[in-house]
Amino acid sequence: MSTIQRDPEDRVQVLDEDGNLVGEPPDLDEETLTEIYRDMKLARHFDERAVSLQRQGRMGTYPPLSGQEGAQIGSAHALADDDWMVPSYREHGAAVVRGLPLKQTLLYWMGYEAGNEVPEDSNILPVAVPIASQIPHAAGLAWSWNLQGHDDTAGICYFGDGATSEGDFHEGMNFAGVYDVPMVFFCNNNQWAISVPRERQTASETLAQKADAYGFEGVQVDGMDPLAVYKVTQDALEKARNPDEDQLRPTMIEAVQYRFGAHTTADDPTVYRDEEEVERWKAKDPIPRLESYLRSEGILDDDAVAEIEATVEEQVSEAIDAAESEPRPEPEEMFEHVYADLPPELREQRDEFVATVDRHGKDAFLEEE
Amino acid sequence: MSETQNLTLVQAVRDGLATEMELDDDVVALGQDIGANGGVFRATQGLQDEFGEERVIDTPLAESGIIGSAVGLGVGGMKPVPEIQFSGFMYPGFDQIVSHMARYRTRSRGRFSLPMVLRAPYGGGIRAPEHHSESKEAFYAHEAGLKVVVPSTPHDTKGLLISAIRDPDPVVFLEPKLIYRAFREEVPEEAYEVPIGEAAVRREGADVSVFTYGAMTRPTLEAAENLAEEGVDAEVVDLRTVSPLDREAIVESFKKTGRAVVVHEAPKSGGLAGEITALLQEEALVYQEAPVKRVTGFDVPVPLYAMEDYYLPNASRVEDGIREAVEF
Repeated sequence: MSTIQRDPEDRVQVLDEDGNLVGEPPDLDEETLTEIYRDMKLARHFDERAVSLQRQGRMGTYPPLSGQEGAQIGSAHALADDDWMVPSYREHGAAVVRGLPLKQTLLYWMGYEAGNEVPEDSNILPVAVPIASQIPHAAGLAWSWNLQGHDDTAGICYFGDGATSEGDFHEGMNFAGVYDVPMVFFCNNNQWAISVPRERQTASETLAQKADAYGFEGVQVDGMDPLAVYKVTQDALEKARNPDEDQLRPTMIEAVQYRFGAHTTADDPTVYRDEEEVERWKAKDPIPRLESYLRSEGILDDDAVAEIEATVEEQVSEAIDAAESEPRPEPEEMFEHVYADLPPELREQRDEFVATVDRHGKDAFLEEE
Repeated sequence: MSETQNLTLVQAVRDGLATEMELDDDVVALGQDIGANGGVFRATQGLQDEFGEERVIDTPLAESGIIGSAVGLGVGGMKPVPEIQFSGFMYPGFDQIVSHMARYRTRSRGRFSLPMVLRAPYGGGIRAPEHHSESKEAFYAHEAGLKVVVPSTPHDTKGLLISAIRDPDPVVFLEPKLIYRAFREEVPEEAYEVPIGEAAVRREGADVSVFTYGAMTRPTLEAAENLAEEGVDAEVVDLRTVSPLDREAIVESFKKTGRAVVVHEAPKSGGLAGEITALLQEEALVYQEAPVKRVTGFDVPVPLYAMEDYYLPNASRVEDGIREAVEF
């Protein structure tokens, strides 16, 4: 472990590695605590199934999230119903908390445009693949609330440690500070940007300290401690809505965590990092940690855990069945939504192609599955 | 009868913005130096006094930030009109243009439309330093999801800008800065639309069709008038929108004349002239009586201004092009 990849002990922490209370827990009822636990189990199980689907050739390249459930689920639960989420491409766990059906996430990674159809009542922007490019959008979106006088709305924008090296990180954070927008910039520092370790990404001691340059607070949190993440995110959202006189609305949260698996299913992490490091971070796994705490508080027992596991497995299976039963999109869907009204040239391209497909039959175009 | 004002093209930009901002509170302008300074070309002069700092917004010096945050403003329900000071400085924001601005409707399956207008002065001829004279409309025309507009008169500028702001899809609005102040025209004070995607015949003619747009419209018309004295009757079609092209108007004019010249200051290879040539091949081959002649900038970096006059097509080169098409 490098000197930069410090243990999270000196960060905001509520639970230690064994699930013992070491800080003030957030004020959450048993139901919400159980929900957080359940959503983390759901995200983990979904992730394992998704990787397996990819390995079986039933899904395309997929970016796994295992290890990052504490950061995703803890932060997403802190959002109010009307708040917005601006994701990168790994936030499947946060997205399900915010109302995106698992089927949509599966469809997206199975290559279906329809996977990006976010339900109207779900305030999530579509996946942004180019690194850090969603950060200016988040700044602009929150700026629009200022301009429209929506005082109560706030949002969270997710990105990774690698994103902090991008120009768009700087430009978006800078705009957020200048226009004092109610957005929480949530950096999932999972230590590795594909193969580049955190200490090769920046000479800054922490990523959180970069917020100083934009005039607002940056805070490090143990990203594998869902309760600490919840607490810090809740505080940041509260400040976004009701800042003190000497505070700006934005906050950057650096959630220090670890990606247990590969960057994507196309990546082999054994090439660039050793198993000993992975094991050390696995000891901080957010799920057993919260489980242990909830058991000690009498909120969970064996029966409750078994029931949660069973319902989670069922929910994921149903989503996979639904996604795999989705009919293959019709060729003309390629042309939908490119413009509000399709220009004549594009209508012509569509009609000609549809006629061509009809003439040859779809099998002439589709590769064998 | 509506009242009119006698405006230059750059004043028509300002007037179009002001007119639509008056009518629609969701319209906000943002960019570098557009507020107190009124824009380096004065395209937003006085607008901040009129509409306030929350609607005419000076931004940090950051093209990607300007375009990217405008995407966010648009998703949030505003109608942002970001200005990039010169089109040669669009490239730091190019990723935001092609990866997001152009694709937001598609990616969100129609949930989010992006009614934004990205304005930038473009083109050569003003004796400016490096990176201030390029014509890269083909980059944007190549990108699905964008519309690309290049006005050539004050009247069209106001009407096209209003159409662009009202359009539910993102528009790249390239303003030919060479003719920002070249001439004046009566422009209605009220709001009106000049439709995007419709070309205008600037001069009717029977012998040859000359397709052009932006600042090249003037030398093209000059060439047509000069050749009229020699008995060559050229039709000049101002495209006004380079994406989507008004294919119908282009083909219709060509069917009448059977001969075509395309004039643009952008480099020849991969430019709009090639697209128009291909369109004529596809749609009107049997009418064709001569090879389509392209009179364009060269495939070189736009030179510094001591050589700029050689680079930009002028009336002499357009006349040669027309003669070649007619005499074939």
